[in-house]
Amino acid sequence: MKRTLKTINSPTPEFYFVGDAAQDRIAELEEMARQCRIDIVKMTHAARAGHPGGSLSAIDCMVALYGTSLRFDTSNPNWDDRDRFVMSKGHASPAMYALLHQMGVLEESDLMGFRTLGSVCQGHVDMNWTDGVDFSAGSLGMGLSFGLGCALSARMDSSERRIWVMLGDGETQEGQIWEAVMAANYHNAKNLRVIIDRNRIQNDDFMGVQMEIGDIGAKFESFGWSVREVDGHNMAELVETLRWTETSDLGPIAIIANTTKGRGVSFMEDNPEFHGKAPDDEQLAIALEELS
Amino acid sequence: MSAPSSGGASRDGYGKALLRLSDDPRVVVLEADLGKSTKSCHFREKFPERTISLGIAEQNMMLVAAGMASSGKVPFASTFAIFTERAFEQVRNGIARPGLKVHICGSHGGIHTGTDGSSAQSIEDLSIYRSIPKMTVIHPCDDLSAEELTVQLLDVQGPSYMRTARNKVPRMYDEGSKMGLSIGVGSVLEEGGDVAIFACGVMVERARNASAKLAKEGIDCTVVDMHTIKPLDIELLSKLAERCGCFVSAEDHSVIGGLGGAISEWLSTNKPIPLEMVGVRDRFGESGGTSELMEEVGLTSEAICQAARNSINRKNSS
Repeated sequence: MKRTLKTINSPTPEFYFVGDAAQDRIAELEEMARQCRIDIVKMTHAARAGHPGGSLSAIDCMVALYGTSLRFDTSNPNWDDRDRFVMSKGHASPAMYALLHQMGVLEESDLMGFRTLGSVCQGHVDMNWTDGVDFSAGSLGMGLSFGLGCALSARMDSSERRIWVMLGDGETQEGQIWEAVMAANYHNAKNLRVIIDRNRIQNDDFMGVQMEIGDIGAKFESFGWSVREVDGHNMAELVETLRWTETSDLGPIAIIANTTKGRGVSFMEDNPEFHGKAPDDEQLAIALEELS
Repeated sequence: MSAPSSGGASRDGYGKALLRLSDDPRVVVLEADLGKSTKSCHFREKFPERTISLGIAEQNMMLVAAGMASSGKVPFASTFAIFTERAFEQVRNGIARPGLKVHICGSHGGIHTGTDGSSAQSIEDLSIYRSIPKMTVIHPCDDLSAEELTVQLLDVQGPSYMRTARNKVPRMYDEGSKMGLSIGVGSVLEEGGDVAIFACGVMVERARNASAKLAKEGIDCTVVDMHTIKPLDIELLSKLAERCGCFVSAEDHSVIGGLGGAISEWLSTNKPIPLEMVGVRDRFGESGGTSELMEEVGLTSEAICQAARNSINRKNSS
């Protein structure tokens, strides 16, 4: 069953975290994430291409964000004063499209057109092709700088809008990330928030084999950022962490979300092979069974 | 056209234009530590709240500009021409591909930059930006035209790259004649029927000097300030191909892919007439004084004269 959110989230997201209502809300978000996972494996299977691993690792964070605190109007996804969501790890586009489907912005037929000629679901997320996508990604390392530009503009406009950027942990190997980390602190961009999908796998192999960056959080902190680590698949913890971001007197915020690549599909979990490989027919059947 | 008066560097015109553009609250200026050189510093002095310093980090600057453009601002981002190239893929993927209205200015372009040596002498910027879809590419010849064309960028619906030069050159325009300039329209400075010389940047002055010399030999030249390399003014190319029957291009840039390259692409597929190219012959520059360097790499009015004679000979012998 598709759950369609038609609300603009409150800038002070207290309502969803009180008593029994909070528990119901967590269950609702977990169900939404499950639906997204099903769509992620289905659309990569249909396209015979795409990046399921990093989509499955990032999706819980994205559902928590869109489901509770991102100010986003599903009936007007291009609303000028919306919070921005910059999907810098643009290869995890299936996660973005699956979520926009849950939000009622994309149709199921859109998802099934993923990566085909003329489809609104381009291989990597593209702001010119898809309503509700705020950044044209595909080349790693650029989204944080873009988010900083959005954050500085919001401040110039005296707007309360916040800018969220989703980075991959492998992506932090790009030097431009650290140019932006430095600049965000220098410009005191308190409205800039980053989630790092710490799944420890990049295209070719585990980061420990390719290029391990070490303590990402400490690096952000050393540049003056406020940092928190979280279990990136624990919905209650994610929602609590999102509420923490509303605390006053924080700098730019980095959330290190410890995740498992391919989460939810046994043979994709922690498996570098499914960074950029779609499930075949047999694998799809197994995946759907596991997700049901 | 009146004789050139001594004037200014095109980067000074860029700086003045930013001040004129300040009335539009959407305009923001981005710097990568070289505002004093690119002349965005004048805007910074008056409007610090609308000037963003990004430090020596050009890749970040390009995407910050893109983010601001996506939020309704009109960013003007500048650094040395050569350092914009460091962020080429950022410009390609982060700015041009989504069609964001970011105006990039690369100052100190070309061999003309002089004593800093080859690391600072961009001779390929026009070529690489011209190859990106949706980009407008401009290279003005003096401060007054740079000012006018920069102001007009506000109405360009897409990203642009403008190359300015470091050194002062004689003015090709005055306060009146600069008003006739328009992005995308070649500016005809002299009209003659024997050969058409298309020049940009500091080579426009040399083209006019060449025309004066050639006139003494009885050769009448058309001289065009081809300040916009993309979109190329093909209407003018077509008209002058009919009238003159042979062309010369002159640029402080590699002969590969710049103004000469753009003209030759059009000629070879539309109106194959002789074209002789004056430009940097697939080599790097070196340190040296501006005029001795320009002579060393063959960017002189004499080189333009010889190219014109060769082009006319080819026309007459075909």
